[in-house]
Amino acid sequence: MDRREAKNIIEAMLFVSDKPLFVSEIKGVLEEFSAQEIKDIILELAKEYEDTARAFRIKEIAGGYQILTDPMLAPWLKRLYKTSGPDRLSGPGLETLAIIAYKQPVTKAEIELIRGVNVDGVLKTLIEKNLIRITGRKETVGRPILYGTTQEFLQYFGLNSLDELPKLEELNITEHDIELPEHLRKEQPPQEEKMDMKDTQSSIEGG
Amino acid sequence: MSYKVKLEVFEGPLDLLLYLIKKNEIDIYDIPIAEITEQYLEYLELMRMLDLNIAGEFLVMAATLIHIKSKMLLPPEEKEILPEEEEDPREELVRRLLEYKKFKEVAGVLGDLESQRKKMFTRIISQDENAKEERFFEASLFDLITALTRVLKEVPKEVFQEIIRDEFTVEQKVHDLLHMLVERPVIYLTELFRKAKNKMEIIVTFLAVLELIRLKEILVVQKERFGEIELIRNESHRLII
Repeated sequence: MDRREAKNIIEAMLFVSDKPLFVSEIKGVLEEFSAQEIKDIILELAKEYEDTARAFRIKEIAGGYQILTDPMLAPWLKRLYKTSGPDRLSGPGLETLAIIAYKQPVTKAEIELIRGVNVDGVLKTLIEKNLIRITGRKETVGRPILYGTTQEFLQYFGLNSLDELPKLEELNITEHDIELPEHLRKEQPPQEEKMDMKDTQSSIEGG
Repeated sequence: MSYKVKLEVFEGPLDLLLYLIKKNEIDIYDIPIAEITEQYLEYLELMRMLDLNIAGEFLVMAATLIHIKSKMLLPPEEKEILPEEEEDPREELVRRLLEYKKFKEVAGVLGDLESQRKKMFTRIISQDENAKEERFFEASLFDLITALTRVLKEVPKEVFQEIIRDEFTVEQKVHDLLHMLVERPVIYLTELFRKAKNKMEIIVTFLAVLELIRLKEILVVQKERFGEIELIRNESHRLII
């Protein structure tokens, strides 16, 4: 099988999959290709989509690859699926998730100490949405349940790994100013590739 | 019907405190506790007025604030403490606020990521499956009854308030009594009560009698002990007028 053929197969696989596809899964089908070759082909496809301004993008999410539509097309797609309104997470939900994402594995009591409110209901909802899961029990008095984030969490936020979340220390530095970090965060991802040479930018990010 | 408005403005006491600090442009490391405590309590009062269910956590924070405030009002203990060793009573609170603020910011980042991600669509297989399930869902009569019962339970109960029509007024009764006394010289109290249709009329009639006595329009006499109580016109009053 030549590379051209393999590329079509991989593209078709990404096209039909409803969740991020792992390189290992693709390799299970295309045995004669190495993981690196498969990865290269995917990145090539991703670049083609990007360069030719196609309707799709290939994104690395939760350790796999997935075809998604160009965000610019969202208004039209939303019109197509009139019924599916934006089902957003609530403020308490996001706050609780943020704490779990950084502090995992973490107990309910630890989350409540930070948020200053009861989180019973929120935890239940997040578990129902499969964004968090019980990872075990803490070996301490009462053996409380420990919570952690799921693969679904990464998919939900379009993250490849938890490392993509801003560093807490980064937020610490700019404690006095709320606007600044938000500003930085929003501009960083697109600049990252183009501004590889700029030490200042990456040092801020590395924080 | 009464309404309970649910305002989820603040996620919790720390959120409210951060809001007050930001609103007043206060340095988080040097919080004027007295001022902030006052504003915090004012806000709780507002929540109470709006009939919001104030979570216990808000009250705990109120107590904490007042505790810190009182601590700061007290002169430092007599013991000789070096200034550096003296702990600011606000320290613990500031630490918690900063910690919370950090995660609140991350929550904001997550919110941004969420909306970005929601703009990108993927193949939707799960939805098709849901649609299929719906198509083949079979409901028995009992399912329907159960559903109906559930809906009925959820329907807010209508509250009926009984409004009693003022069928009898003292004013009207006064008028009636005077009229009766024009036609005949004596009215027996028991007779009046016997004619009354209900308790309310008895009471109104009695009040009318009292009113007429007060106005000196009638006299109430009893000819013998435990005898009939008679109402007669107060002629002397008439003459004076």
